[in-house]
Amino acid sequence: MTATSAGSAPAMRGRSTGLSLRRLGRAALFLIPGLAVYGTFLLGPMVYSARISFYDWNIVDPTRSEPVGLGNYARAIADPVFRRAVVNTLVYTLVTVPGQIVVGVAMALLLNQAIRGRAFFRVLYYLPVITPWVIVTLLFEYMFVGQGGLVNWLLRDVLGVIQQNVLWLADPILTFVPIHLLGIWKGVGWTAIIALAGLQAIPQDLLDVASVDGATPVARFRHITLPLLRPVLVFLVVVLVIGGLNAYISNLLITDGGNPLDRTHFVLTLMYEATFTRLDFGYGAAISYLLAAFVFMVSVVQIRLLRRRVEL
Amino acid sequence: MNSSIQSNRRRGKAFTYLLLVLGCGFVVVPFWFMIATSLKPQAYIFDIPPKLIPEEVTTANYTEALGKDLFGIYFLNSMMVALSAVALTLFLSSLLAYAFARLEFPAKEQIFYVLLLGMMVPPVMLIIPQFLVAKNLKLLDSLVGLIVVYVAMNVSMQTFLLRGFFEGIPRELEEAALIDGASRWKIMWRIVLPLSRPGLAVVAIFTFLYAWDEFPWAHVAIRETTKRTLPIGIALFQSQHLTQWGQVFAASIFALIPVVVVFAIFQRYFVRGISTTGLKG
Repeated sequence: MTATSAGSAPAMRGRSTGLSLRRLGRAALFLIPGLAVYGTFLLGPMVYSARISFYDWNIVDPTRSEPVGLGNYARAIADPVFRRAVVNTLVYTLVTVPGQIVVGVAMALLLNQAIRGRAFFRVLYYLPVITPWVIVTLLFEYMFVGQGGLVNWLLRDVLGVIQQNVLWLADPILTFVPIHLLGIWKGVGWTAIIALAGLQAIPQDLLDVASVDGATPVARFRHITLPLLRPVLVFLVVVLVIGGLNAYISNLLITDGGNPLDRTHFVLTLMYEATFTRLDFGYGAAISYLLAAFVFMVSVVQIRLLRRRVEL
Repeated sequence: MNSSIQSNRRRGKAFTYLLLVLGCGFVVVPFWFMIATSLKPQAYIFDIPPKLIPEEVTTANYTEALGKDLFGIYFLNSMMVALSAVALTLFLSSLLAYAFARLEFPAKEQIFYVLLLGMMVPPVMLIIPQFLVAKNLKLLDSLVGLIVVYVAMNVSMQTFLLRGFFEGIPRELEEAALIDGASRWKIMWRIVLPLSRPGLAVVAIFTFLYAWDEFPWAHVAIRETTKRTLPIGIALFQSQHLTQWGQVFAASIFALIPVVVVFAIFQRYFVRGISTTGLKG
């Protein structure tokens, strides 16, 4: 069917312009509804946000907004609270991404064996993934309550690791323990399913031959499974890193938006506070663009690394 | 010799099961604890040692949370928003995906890439301008404002996914219908969509879970109490009743039921959807 549009003799140009217009007209019926929603509520806002970030935005009367050039960006980079939020977000990412991958791949290896009840385990492990963030966050908050929480009781009375209750939620460092653990706990099921799909694509013959040749399970994992799993691992790392940088709800609810003393913010909780509590829209937009730029860079790396494997 | 290999293997298998069951423990204990807590009277909430099996079982938390707060209304709001978002996303993404899979038109590639941009944008970054757009369009404090944004956030990914499905359908089927004089529109509805049920199921499931879970946008866009969705209702309820964990979890379990039902029904599509597309639930 594409053959007609390839008829490019000069004499046909008039006809083919008419043709392509008619084609556009016919396609419009399919394209316009979706693109209208997409343009109004995603693409348009994305562009609009760039504009806002260059202004001291006046929410009451936008026409009276002061242009400040890169002022909001400069302010963010100099702001110790923002820097702290960046560090917190990076630490969260550096802890939860390897955590999810190590545990998830281990789970996938277990699930990839010929065992009964595989479907059951798979479903069960997926439960945290589909549970809304708000619910699991509150659940972790409750388990980590200082007085009478499940975790303190386990550590103190059952395992005897601590002498007295730890006030997890009131300390600017310890409060990240439940946040990080939640990030891993909630994401592992997804990581495992993706890794399992990758493992199932590895030809069993290869592993059998190696094992006949006397390769130990560890050697087989290191020299066969791991290299063949590499594309999947790259994909996992990139998606999880983006997810980690965008972490938001668990921090917002557990630290109550950066408490104590604005020391526990993530980038996005800070953005939220700047925008909707202090009504500093320009500053919030600048922060979100800084984050987006970073995420975009990670995405570009992803596409580069995966280009050979995936046709877009 | 042979028997030692066999016993080795048996030991290996036992070890596998041990680890898998241990993993289950980590997953199940928090959920179990949530259910147990929702059934405890308030006086036992911070009992030491914490009881995984309530000494005294009560349904008071459920009746109280559902009666005192507006969780019934939040539930209906969430359901309405999620189902509408699913229906609209299915409709709009199918149209787009069909155009990109089968129609020829100018600037097709370019338009497709612009659409794919939506897969890369961190969602929370859009909240500020979306807030301003919604304000101008008088869509704040309205469920419609939630629905359109959820659709916009999903349409890129789902179009991408459906285009793949549509391309997998043999062209011959459509060409025969074209020769018989059927329009593209009719072909999409009569031939392509019925053959793409698994793909449509994946789109529906993920859009539903997304809308059911979504917190940041609803948190910003909704101020009026009666328009809240469940995540907002639960989070705000907890911040107002700090220690009423029994009621918080009663409401949470209430909110979790549709998720588990959807998951149980569509489990096989689910796993296939995740492992073939890498969608994140």
